Parts: sequence; C-alpha cells; structure tokens
Amino acid sequence: MKTLRTLGLGLILAVSGLFISLLFMGQYTLSSATFENFITQNNITSSVFIKDLEQSVVDKEFSTPFYLANTIAEAVESANTYHKANKEWAQVIWTKPHSLAYQMVKSSGTGIVVQNKRRLWFLSFGLGILGALLFMLPALNLKGPPGIKNNHIFHSSATNRGWIAWLVFTFLILFYLVLYFRPSYMVNWIYLVDPISESLSGNPASQWFLYGFLYCVIMTVMAVRMYIKYRHNKYQTLRTTSVLFFQIVFAFLIPEILVRFEKPWYDFKNAFPLDYDFFFRWNLNELLDSGGFGLFILVWGIALTLVIVPVMVYFFGKRWYCSWVCGCGGLAETLGDPYRQLSSKSLLSWKVERWLVHGVLVFALLMTGLTLYGYFAGTYEVLGIKVQTLQDVYGFLIGSIFAGVIGTGFYPIFGNRVWCRFGCPLAAYMGVIQRFKSRFRITTNGGQCISCGNCSTYCEQGIDVRAYAQKGENIVRASCVGCGVCSAVCPRGVLKLENGPEEGRIGSSNILLGNEMNLMDQLQDK
Amino acid sequence: MEHIAIIGNGISGITAARHIRKLSHKKITVISSETDYFFSRTALMYVYMGHMKFKHTQPYEDWFWEKNNIALKNGFVTQIDTSQKTLVFSDGEQLEFDKLIIATGSKPNKFGWPGQDLKGVVSLYHKQDLDAIETFAPNNSVCKHAVIVGGGLIGVELAEMFHSRHIPVTFLVREQSYWNAILPSGESQMITNEIRKNGINLRLESNLKHINADANGRVKSIVIAETGEEIDCDIVGLTAGVSPNIGFLESSGIETNRGVLVDRNLQTNIKDIYAIGDCAEQRNAVEGRRPIEAVWYTGRIMGETVAQTICKKETQYTPGHWFNSAKFFDIEYQTYGWVNSEQHLKPNEAHFHWMHPDHNKCLTIAFDKTTQKFLGINTFGIRMRHEVFNRWLDQNQSIDYVLEHLQIAHFDPEFYTTYYHDVLKKFNSEHNRNLKLKKKSWSQIFTLKS
Ligand SMILES: Cc1cc2nc3c(=O)[nH]c(=O)nc-3n(C[C@H](O)[C@H](O)[C@H](O)COP(=O)(O)OP(=O)(O)OC[C@H]3O[C@@H](n4cnc5c(N)ncnc54)[C@H](O)[C@@H]3O)c2cc1C
Ligand code: SF4
Ligand code: SF4
Repeated sequence: MKTLRTLGLGLILAVSGLFISLLFMGQYTLSSATFENFITQNNITSSVFIKDLEQSVVDKEFSTPFYLANTIAEAVESANTYHKANKEWAQVIWTKPHSLAYQMVKSSGTGIVVQNKRRLWFLSFGLGILGALLFMLPALNLKGPPGIKNNHIFHSSATNRGWIAWLVFTFLILFYLVLYFRPSYMVNWIYLVDPISESLSGNPASQWFLYGFLYCVIMTVMAVRMYIKYRHNKYQTLRTTSVLFFQIVFAFLIPEILVRFEKPWYDFKNAFPLDYDFFFRWNLNELLDSGGFGLFILVWGIALTLVIVPVMVYFFGKRWYCSWVCGCGGLAETLGDPYRQLSSKSLLSWKVERWLVHGVLVFALLMTGLTLYGYFAGTYEVLGIKVQTLQDVYGFLIGSIFAGVIGTGFYPIFGNRVWCRFGCPLAAYMGVIQRFKSRFRITTNGGQCISCGNCSTYCEQGIDVRAYAQKGENIVRASCVGCGVCSAVCPRGVLKLENGPEEGRIGSSNILLGNEMNLMDQLQDK
Repeated sequence: MEHIAIIGNGISGITAARHIRKLSHKKITVISSETDYFFSRTALMYVYMGHMKFKHTQPYEDWFWEKNNIALKNGFVTQIDTSQKTLVFSDGEQLEFDKLIIATGSKPNKFGWPGQDLKGVVSLYHKQDLDAIETFAPNNSVCKHAVIVGGGLIGVELAEMFHSRHIPVTFLVREQSYWNAILPSGESQMITNEIRKNGINLRLESNLKHINADANGRVKSIVIAETGEEIDCDIVGLTAGVSPNIGFLESSGIETNRGVLVDRNLQTNIKDIYAIGDCAEQRNAVEGRRPIEAVWYTGRIMGETVAQTICKKETQYTPGHWFNSAKFFDIEYQTYGWVNSEQHLKPNEAHFHWMHPDHNKCLTIAFDKTTQKFLGINTFGIRMRHEVFNRWLDQNQSIDYVLEHLQIAHFDPEFYTTYYHDVLKKFNSEHNRNLKLKKKSWSQIFTLKS
C-alpha cells in the first residue's frame, strides 16, 4: 500500500516535471502563408504592423513561444502608438496584443509537441491521473476504517502553510497569470487537448478549452479523494457527485456541443451576476442574432437569477447552488477540500468579508446597470463613464484577479473559498436571501456541544460555528454554503443542516443549556 | 464595586464570568495557573492528532476578555483566607475579593502505584499533560510502545491519540468488558470490539502492579498484577478517572468531602464563597444524579446558575434531564435520560436493545417494566435530537410513544439511512406488539415555541 502511494507520488512529480518542460519544447514558425491568411481573416490593415512582423518574425524559426509572442505583442503596441499619433483610426488594431499574439503563436507551432499530441497527452494527463489515483486510493486502507480522519492535517507542510503549500501557491498564481494574460506561453499544453476539442466542438482548443478540460480532470480526480474520505457520509458523496455532474455536463460538454451546432457557447447553470458578462453588449447581440435559441438563453438567464435562484435559496439555502451546482464551488470542494481549515475565523475577517463581498455585488450591479442603459440608449458612454472601461476594470479586477488568481491561487494559504466568501456577487445576493428569508438553518443539538472547535476549524467559510453551537443557537449565516463539513466533523453529533419552518429558525434552546429556572426567568424578564 | 474572584478558567469558571458580565458591571478576575486563556480540554486529543492547533481550542479571541472587562490573572492560589476575604498566591501575592467562586476542576487519579511519578508517566487532563505527551511520544521511533491504564472515556481518547501516530498501544482495563459499569453489555461489547478493531491491544480484567524505571529514571516497562507479565514501554498513560482538584483548600475552613461541599445554590459552608464545576460536590445530590458530575455540561450549567445567584437572586442548581455524548474511535455515542448497565439496573428498569447487523450502530431504550414509562436512550452511530428527548422525558412518555416517533428525534445528516423500521420490527417481535412508525413532521420536531 505504501509502495503504491510512493509510486503515485513519483508519477505525479515526474508528470509535473514533464508539464513544465513541455512549455519549452517544439519549434515555432509563422509561415508567410499563415500570416497572410491571418491578416486577411482578421481585417488587419496596419501596414506598420505587417511590415514589422514580416521583417522580424515571418518564416523564421523560434525555439520557444515566449520570444515570438512578445515580439508580436510589441509589434501590435508600437503599430498602435504610431497610428494613434497619426490619427489613423482605421488602422489601429483593437484586439488585445497578447490575444492576437496567442492566435498567431497557436498556428505557428511545429515539431515534437504538435506532431505527438496524443502521445504526449497520455504521458502528461494520462499518467498524471494515474499517479494521482495511485497516490489517493491506498488511503482506503492506510487511513483506517470509514470516519473522520483529519490526522496530521496541521502537521503537514502541504496543509498547514508549510513549504509545499507555498510551492503550490506559487505554481497556481503563475498558472492563472499566464492563463489570463499570456496564454501563448502555455500553447504547448493547449496543443495536447486539440484532439479532444476537435471531437467536441470541431474547433482546435483555446486556452479556455484547456482550462475547462483541466478543471474537469482535476475535479474528477479530487472527487475520488472526496468519495474515499467521506465514504461514510452520504450528504458529502451526493453533493460531490452533483457538482461533478454540473461541471462536466453543463459547464464543459453542453457549451462545446452548442458551438458544434453553431449556437452560442453558454453554461446554463452559470447565473448572473457570477456570469458578469451576460448583459454585455456583445453577448446580448450574439444571443439576439441566434434566433429562437438565443432568445431562450436570454429568458432562461434572466429567470435563473430573478426567479429560480431566490426560490431555491428560500427552500434549500444557498447550498443548492454553492455546494451542489456551482463550478467555482465545485473546484473549492474537490481540489480545495484539503485546505478548508485555513480560512480565517477572526471577527476582523468577517467584517472585511461583509464589506468586500457586498462591495463586489454593488460594483457588478452598477456596471450592469450602466451597460444596459448604454445598450438601450445606444450610447457607449453613460454619465461620462465609458461603459467599456468599467467592464474592463471589472473583468480584470474581479473576473480575472479576484476569481482566478486570488480565488484559486490562494487555496493553500487562505483556504478554499476565498472567492466564494469575499468576492462572489452571486453568493452575496443569495446570502442576503438566506439570512432573511429561507427555510435553511444548521440546527444545534440542544446542549450537546463541548466547544471543541472542530466545526469552526473546518468551516471553509470562516464561520465560527462553535460560537453559536455552544450557546445552543442555530447557525443562520449569510455566508454558509451548506457544505455540511461542520456537521461531519463534529464528534458529538451537534449539527444538522436542514430545511424547516421559518418560525423559530434562529431560536436558541436555552432550556437545555442551563437551568430550567432560567427559562422561566427569561420569560418573565421579557 | 463588588469584586468577584473566580479560581479556574475552565468551562465553569468562564461561563460564570461571562454571565456575571452579562448581568452586571461587577469587577471580575479569573485566575488560573494552567493557561492564560480559556481553552476546551475536550479538544486536547485533536491537537496531538493534528486535527487542530492549540489556538483552535480557544473559543474566544484574545481581545474578548479586555473588551468585556474580565481581568485574567495567571497564578496559583495556595491559600484562601476566608475571614479577610483574601487569596494568597504561590509567589506571596495577595488578592482581596468580595465574592469567590471556586472552579478548580479535577485532577487525574493516581492510586499509589509504585513508579507512578517517573518520567514518562503521563495523564490527559491539563495543557501541561498534552505537552508532556508530545515530549515523550512524538512518534513511533522515540516511543515504541505505549501503555494506558484505566478504561474510561479519557483512556480511549489517549489510545486514539497514540494510534494516530502509529504507536502500538496496550490498554489495561479492570472490567470484563470496556466501560461495562456504565454501558449495558451489548454496547460495552460493541465498543470493546471497536477498540480492538483499531489495533489496540485491549487487556480486560487487568490491573497495573507497578511501573519500572530505566537507569535514567524513565519509564521502561510495566507489570500486570494478575499475570505478572512485564510489558516494555516508553510512555504510561494513567487514565483511571479524575477527582476534584481541591488540595489547596485544606486549612481554609471551607468544608470538603471528595469535592467542595455546596448546597443547591452552589454556596459552600462559608457565605459568599461558591464552588462550581468538576470540583463541586452536592451535599444532597439532585434527584437521580450523582453528587459530583465531572462533565462539561454540568460545569456550564453551574456557571450560569451561580451568575444568577450572584447578580440577581438566589437560584437553585436544576440541571434538568441527564444527557451526555462521547466518541469511541469512529462510533459516536449519545445518551438522554438514564440507561443503566446491568450491574446498576434500577428496580423495575427494563431494556430494549437493537443492534445493526454490521455491529457499528445500536441503541438501547430503558423503560419501566410496569408503567412502560420511557426512562432513557443510548444510541451508538446514530445521532438523536436532544430537544425532542428532553420533551418526551418531561412529558413522561411511554416507550411505545417513543418508538413510534423515533423519526422525529432523528438527527443524522440528510440522506443518511434510517433504521427505525428495523428497530420497531425487533421490538414488535420481542414483545408481540404491532407498533407502527409515525412519519416525521416539522411541527412536532419544533414545537418548542408553542
Ligand atoms: C481529555 C478530556 C476529554 C473530556 N471530554 C469530555 C466530553 O467529551 N464531554 C464532557 O462532558 N466532558 C468531558 N471532559 C470533562 C470536562 O472537560 C470537565 O468536566 C470540565 O473541563 C471541567 O471544567 P471545570 O471548569 O470544572 O474545571 P477545569 O476545566 O479543570 O478548570 C479548572 C482550572 O483551574 C485551574 N486551577 C486549579 N486549581 C487552581 C489553583 N489553586 N490556582 C489557580 N488555578 C487553579 C486548573 O489548572 C484549571 O485550569 C473531558 C475531560 C478531559 C480531560
Ligand atoms: S457553517 Fe458548516 S455547512 Fe456552512 S459553510 Fe461552514 S462548514 Fe459548511
Ligand atoms: S464540533 Fe461539535 S462539539 Fe465541537 S464545537 Fe463544534 S458543535 Fe461543538
């Protein structure tokens, strides 16, 4: 058993090495034919840009994608500076420099990686999955019979902010930075999933396809870990299955297949305002141009946010979304599960959380309000603010940095729900409903709490569950995502997530805590 | 302003302090020689096992005390001068009080075994014990074998702790079956098996004779009284129960027996001096209960009660129906009301017992043979709703009623399998009855308000 585990770890390390060295492999030549094709297809009229690249790049061979990408991006920028100075607006290239660079680099790869996509896929993804499974499966035996086995979590440098955690942190941050801002640097990874992308949507893979695919793979592998860890707990295994299903089918397969049938890419479970660009001009136009189906998506998207979400939160709490459906939640509950104990439980964090998460909600609503006003009024500027600028700022700060780089990158240091707790505008919206109008609560079992603190320690949302439980009070908190782990780890059977009548939902069971006299006193005091 | 001094910052002392603060502006000083801040000793095991850091065992952030104007003092009280209303500390310092609450908890029992004070002999009660265990048993190469003496709840916790670091454990228990003075035999047997299933070498009907030292005065081995067998070990855990920690009261004039004797208002023989928690002993036990109850809940209840008495009006300690819970490796245990072991069966007490075929879940219901009144329930591997059982005990429900309504008392997480149909089937066949399980209804679960 231990040997299998070591073997698995060895494979994981070897595959990580391979993934990193892959970045530096292959050759890149932007042939004149491809280049001309690209220029015509993308309507690029900047003679400066074309001349520049023809001299510096076209038909030359590069041994890494980095230099090529940077040269192209710089060419875009210097051409634009020139055209803008000369007020030649028609020649300015509006595509973002590194998006354009990515597209060119993607079509210029030659050599080992491009020629061995499937083989390398197997060596990297395939062996990686195998390694991870070999590493995890022995837990079935090594960690003893089913039950809560949190042994040594705070002794391990991977799960207690030790050097492994910092290493993973660095890797994740770099990954997200490259993904969002320099996709061409990871073009070799993207090549590997081309065959899969082609079989689904008919198109070669983009960085987003790679991300989606990786997301599904990681969630699946880490879900296996959840199944092992919580094999005694049906709530946990069912909700893991549920998030996995929604990720693979709704967020990954259906959108790709829609594209194959020339319909807009759409994730049916992704509700506004988490799906912050739903009301952006380009999206509305695309939907309206796609006939009946586009219209259906439009109506569905609006109904999802205005009707389905609140009604479901009323009956089941926001957990129906955050812990059973959502993709961000799905990753947090699988890849992020080993890090849930790192969330801060201090009162200060709670204060910061409330300001931040509601701040993002207000920002998202303002941005959307202005966007829609601009859309219907047919203007690009509202109240002297360029709608586009506002969207770019939101997309950059919230969409990329907060949700991605910080949201996932910070898992090993600040816990697995940093985004869900501090940033997600949809969570903020559902939280308000959950707090004030919902049947969901975590019931505290009378006076059974021994204040041990397991619940608070393992609450990924940083809720001090114990503070309520030891007073015999139910937990009714806006931020609770209903993961059910507090209930699972409680050694005294104190906590139960349930939906019940609103009456007496918060109620404390003082009578069981203290003196029976007490209750009489309290009644008289009132 | 009246000054309330509290000796002991455990659950009882801290609860008293918090409630006095809620009810008044009196000056409060909480004294302890153990740790600066209140922590949950119930969670000590989880720190060693790496489930938590010590910081996580502290229910309140450090700023809480100053903000609530509760003064904390680290020091050991050696004497109480009751006439001058003054505490004397080990360093000679003195502190005057107007009212005093003694909440000094327990200390582990040592029965005069030869070698009981050697290096490497530990118990599990105070934070210092945890530190000692960490020193003597950091891993299984420094500590190749551990022996635990005494089969109560803390003994099992200690066994689980060593087990988490892969240290082989021999567990000496006096009884014929684990905890069978408290648990009915079916349950005791099940837990005995659970302990063994986890690889613990549980030795029943075995007593400690003495502990041997090596040349450096460290534990080397122990000898079993019954067999004379010598077992090599690097650490010995003594977990043969606890008794009130009141040695420092000897010449104070405060009346003691095993614990500090108190009346129903929790006052000692001396006016304005109270005792609560593990260290308090009721002069006349509350009906159906033991005079000393060393559990978390009663400490908390007494803390609340004494705060009422000090700040509002004389209030009697009225703990309500007995309840408790524990965990034995992977099996959770809850109890409501009284279910006695065969050894201590009350006259007229009968049991109905159901065991899951996998032998990891069971329940026992105690009832009165003649009146059929429900007396109490033990459940293992099944969580039950405290509120509901408390109500049923209040209402003197019958065992029939309880069985038929078990769904209402169900507290396992959602989607868990329930076994109550099986339970009823067994009861019906044993008693030749035809009870039917009633459906769960929200209004019955939450009737507390109406
Ligand atoms: C490992 C373990 C697990 C447990 N698990 C459970 C459980 O699951 N459920 C349950 O109900 N109960 C459990 N208990 C019992 C429960 O913890 C005790 O009943 C409870 O802590 C007693 O609280 P207390 O406030 O009376 O005293 P304590 O918590 O003992 O606090 C007394 C404090 O006073 C200090 N003190 C004593 N004398 C002096 C002095 N002269 N000067 C200054 N300071 C002094 C002590 O150092 C100590 O800090 C467990 C106990 C242990 C040790
Ligand atoms: S309170 Fe419990 S259910 Fe809610 S988020 Fe925290 S651990 Fe999960
Ligand atoms: S885990 Fe359970 S017993 Fe421990 S503090 Fe939380 S509710 Fe209380």
